[in-house]
Amino acid sequence: MKINHELCDICGTCVAVCPADAIIVSEYKVEIDNHICTNCLNCLKVCPIKAIREG
Amino acid sequence: MIKDRYDVVVVGAGPAGSVAARFAAVEGATVLMLERDREPGIPVRCAEGVSHNGIEPFIDIDKRWIASQIDIAKLTSPNGESAFMHNNGVGYVLERRIFDTALCELAAEKGVQLITKANVVGLIKKNDKIRGVKFRYMGETKEVECDLVIAADGTESRVGRWAGIKTAVSLRDIDTCVQYTLAGLDLKRNTCEFYFGNEVSPGGYIWIFPKSDKTANVGIGIAGHLSHKKGPKEYLDEFVNKRFPNATITYTVYGSVPTSATLKDIVKDNIMLVGDAARQVNPITGGGVVQVMVAARIAGRVAAEAVKKGSFQAKFLKKYRREWDKTLGNTQKVMHSMKEKFLFMTDERFNNLVKFCQKIPAEKFSLKALFTEAVKGDPKLMLDVAKSFVVSKMKLK
Repeated sequence: MKINHELCDICGTCVAVCPADAIIVSEYKVEIDNHICTNCLNCLKVCPIKAIREG
Repeated sequence: MIKDRYDVVVVGAGPAGSVAARFAAVEGATVLMLERDREPGIPVRCAEGVSHNGIEPFIDIDKRWIASQIDIAKLTSPNGESAFMHNNGVGYVLERRIFDTALCELAAEKGVQLITKANVVGLIKKNDKIRGVKFRYMGETKEVECDLVIAADGTESRVGRWAGIKTAVSLRDIDTCVQYTLAGLDLKRNTCEFYFGNEVSPGGYIWIFPKSDKTANVGIGIAGHLSHKKGPKEYLDEFVNKRFPNATITYTVYGSVPTSATLKDIVKDNIMLVGDAARQVNPITGGGVVQVMVAARIAGRVAAEAVKKGSFQAKFLKKYRREWDKTLGNTQKVMHSMKEKFLFMTDERFNNLVKFCQKIPAEKFSLKALFTEAVKGDPKLMLDVAKSFVVSKMKLK
């Protein structure tokens, strides 16, 4: 998964739906750990600004 | 001065965190509250609508954080027909930025200490027991010890996960949201508006909450499992372009609302979850401020009792769970079952519902009447709805 940081609003929606706990959010940035990610695509589907894509 | 050790550390200074902190401190616990952002209440990820009766037990009403007073709700069905609800009590559209800070000030008066720009990054564990939290502050990693952590860290809660609690929600149990604050409008400032329908806002609704007669929070929440192809922003833009073609956007915010029932586990040894982190929002309205303050008051009191007794095991902390279920948790479960119904409602059913509402005399039109009609044909759910309204009326007082 890849995050477009120019779109991302750091709202944490992706974190709430991640069953693998692969997403880390700080005050400044959201990051996905692709080693833990199971490619379920929950985050991509639910992101309100469509800032996440496969890859 | 910040100490190395507190009875209770609260993570997150939103309404859940600051109310839990205050009620723990009132009863004598030493409490530290850590907030990731530079001030409580920002960024505002909220439609800002609350009821007077809901917030009045927690804070003296103050004009500083009230943008407008709402007396009328207007519901609009997919075919464009509207019904007006006059009888649901007084509501407010808040200035959350000021409101959240005011709640923190009340907590501070009771001795709670707050650090902002303090980003909690982990729990300190000794022999598998939670003994404190680690946080980033001013470029350094700091540690603070405590007997009890209260996780009020919002929808994206990670503290609960670190404690081994399953917090992830399914796509159908989260509403994905966008909200604009619009200027240059011409509105009745005492009327909030709701728009329903599968073409307008699948599995959710669009809201207009006026902040004045010229400005309003205009937002949308749609069910997570229905948002893949077309996201909330596209739906909202279509609506705004039609309804307010000349408006200017002064604020844009993205976010989400958990619309599940409360998590199965909201306590474990040395930790309690409150607010969005515990999924304590009303699953139908998406309203959270009042619900989470009710939960936080219980959590704070139980925390203080735990401190007095020196008893921090889940077995004792479950008192918070039991009390929550009795006040609003069980009602929330009923609301969640109803929400499942709404998810499958056809536009025709929405049209009929509004038509039904138009026929109710204004003085008798309440949320209870609306919900009861909405679940018609499901006698068990009708009974649950009726019961839950009786219970919530008693318990909120």
